[in-house]
Amino acid sequence: MPEKLLEVKNLKKYFKTKQGYLHAVDDVNFAINRGKTLSLVGESGCGKSTIGRVVLRLLEATAGEIYFEGANIRDLDKMQMRKYRKKMQIVFQDPYSSLDSRKSVYESIAEPLVVQKAFTNKKQYAKRVYELMDTSGLAQRFANAYPHELDGGRRQRVGIARALALNPSFIVLDEPVSALDVSIQAQVLNLLQQLQDDLNLTYLFISHDLSVVKHISDMVAVMYLGKIVELANCKSIFQNPVHPYTKALLSAVPIPKINVKLNRIILEGDVPSPINPKPGCRFAGRCRLCSSVCKESDPVLTEVDRGHFVSCFNK
Amino acid sequence: MEQKNLLLKIKDLTINYNTYDGIVKAVEGLNLSMSNGQTLGLVGETGAGKTTTVKGIMRLLPDPPAKIVRGEIYFDGENLLKKSKKEMRSIRGKQISMIFQDPMTSLNPVMTVGDQIAETIRLHNDISKKQSFEEACTMLEQVGIKGERAGDYPHQLSGGMKQRVVIAMALACNPKLLIADEPTTALDVTIQAQVLEMMKKLIAQYNTSVIMITHDLGIVAETCDYIAIMYAGEIVEYGTKQHIFLNAKHPYTKGLFACIPDITAEDNKLTPIEGLMPDPTNLPKGCKFYPRCPMAGKECENENPANKEIENGHFVKCHFV
Ligand SMILES: Nc1ncnc2c1ncn2[C@@H]1O[C@H](COP(=O)(O)OP(=O)(O)O)[C@@H](O)[C@H]1O
Ligand SMILES: Nc1ncnc2c1ncn2[C@@H]1O[C@H](COP(=O)(O)OP(=O)(O)O)[C@@H](O)[C@H]1O
Ligand SMILES: [Mg+2]
Ligand SMILES: [Mg+2]
Repeated sequence: MPEKLLEVKNLKKYFKTKQGYLHAVDDVNFAINRGKTLSLVGESGCGKSTIGRVVLRLLEATAGEIYFEGANIRDLDKMQMRKYRKKMQIVFQDPYSSLDSRKSVYESIAEPLVVQKAFTNKKQYAKRVYELMDTSGLAQRFANAYPHELDGGRRQRVGIARALALNPSFIVLDEPVSALDVSIQAQVLNLLQQLQDDLNLTYLFISHDLSVVKHISDMVAVMYLGKIVELANCKSIFQNPVHPYTKALLSAVPIPKINVKLNRIILEGDVPSPINPKPGCRFAGRCRLCSSVCKESDPVLTEVDRGHFVSCFNK
Repeated sequence: MEQKNLLLKIKDLTINYNTYDGIVKAVEGLNLSMSNGQTLGLVGETGAGKTTTVKGIMRLLPDPPAKIVRGEIYFDGENLLKKSKKEMRSIRGKQISMIFQDPMTSLNPVMTVGDQIAETIRLHNDISKKQSFEEACTMLEQVGIKGERAGDYPHQLSGGMKQRVVIAMALACNPKLLIADEPTTALDVTIQAQVLEMMKKLIAQYNTSVIMITHDLGIVAETCDYIAIMYAGEIVEYGTKQHIFLNAKHPYTKGLFACIPDITAEDNKLTPIEGLMPDPTNLPKGCKFYPRCPMAGKECENENPANKEIENGHFVKCHFV
């Protein structure tokens, strides 16, 4: 029986704004099994990063439950939460802004260990830091370098080494390769997969790049304006998409081949505002299949095939 | 390569940036030509020298630190590098237009988008304010924005709409050459699809020649007929779309194809290109790709390979072809 490492139920995060409540994450449900990767994919502003932060309790949810190893971590106080913090880490898109520019590579990687008082003497710290650099593919000669002296790929490796420092079981990867050139992106993607295999890590992988998502995921959740519109294993999403938004999204991806037939579904208009959204399906205004029911009530995520969930009245 | 109907011919273009850290050799001995009506994709990773090359064509390089060390850029038979500032101003916008990744590079935040397009039109055409505004509205409709939004300020529009306004502005004077520098990189994929679709339509309709700069081989496959692959200031491979996609020969080009995740592929193993781009202030003496090249031999270290035509119109800069 695969073990659910993380499960979120009816998760909501609303931000209060001058114009009203911004529904960044609106009633989201998903689970990730240990050792697997679930990707959140969707266009900018659909709520991916907010989910990543809420799940780690870097941001407090408005409502809902977050189970990690079976415990609802939303019920835990600061002291109790510390135990879980070690196991749940995050890597950001731009390591430049997430790393302290005044700290050397060595100091950055040592920091989480020092904060947790992981060891008693310097030698032990050094051993662990060099071990982490090695695991993340950073040559030892970079130990005294500062972030601005490193290229984007190496900075991201520092971010990964830091995230690994306390032996987490779960890592949120928020657009970890989006700022990297393709040749470096491939290096980092391969590293992430290698680490997952070696350390049995569980990933929540956030990306807007569908080709990358297809490459790395076991499960995929497609989001639109705060909602998951489709959730399935990777193969089903890409071979057998059901939701009209998923279909449009996949069809929009440029394909690096010639003589392929593009069956593009061009969406009209832009994503509507997430502030005080109207009742009904969030995608209704841009959907080819939209009927009156779509504008009146919210579709719910229902199973259309084994393990394949879709939120659409026309499925 | 002698070509009929030649629009642009760049010969031996070499551009440096003189910085405190040394001389950045951004573009080195670059040759390139294109005919009227062609769409050329200029592909390469960050720092390859793509933007520097096209800013050179537009004569928009900041001097200092940029210096065009040598070379010639013939546009419609005339050397742009010999033009006065005033002559260049009348060429830019009218004969050659440029679109940047960030639409706000080209937009004035305190002027309505209709007025901005109208102003561009009036700059190059002797027509009335009213007439130019009407043309601006027509242009907006062409890029899929309702004419009534001509009175909007840039901040009232979404990112995708702003980029369409920029495209409308760039095409308003029907230029011979449109240079688009990563025009959709900042946009979401469904919006990118909208914008590319519209660009393709307009380019065909006006028969505009295009240089499309991108790092996305998918966008090139979709929008370009010819492709130049750039690495560390040089074009390492050039050919038709068929040459590059079906018969790539340069190890860097092959490396690029091997390291991109492909949404249509069944089993997609990524083979990264080892190492990093060389330091532009301290480029390798021989082939610039030599330190990362899986095929490299002794001659590669010391001798910069010549540009060889391996089949009609397909050029490769590598000792091993
Ligand atoms: N701190 C905040 N205050 C107000 N709104 C926010 C805040 N953080 C995010 N948002 C809004 O929440 C929505 C989701 O944002 P985000 O999770 O960053 O999306 P994504 O990562 O998918 O691009 C967006 O509309 C964004 O503007
Ligand atoms: N204003 C500048 N001053 C110094 N170096 C620059 C400047 N602009 C670009 N460069 C350098 O020139 C090289 C080519 O840059 P660029 O033409 O922007 O490449 P690309 O557009 O292919 O990413 C890079 O090494 C870059 O750092
Ligand atoms: Mg985000
Ligand atoms: Mg550039």
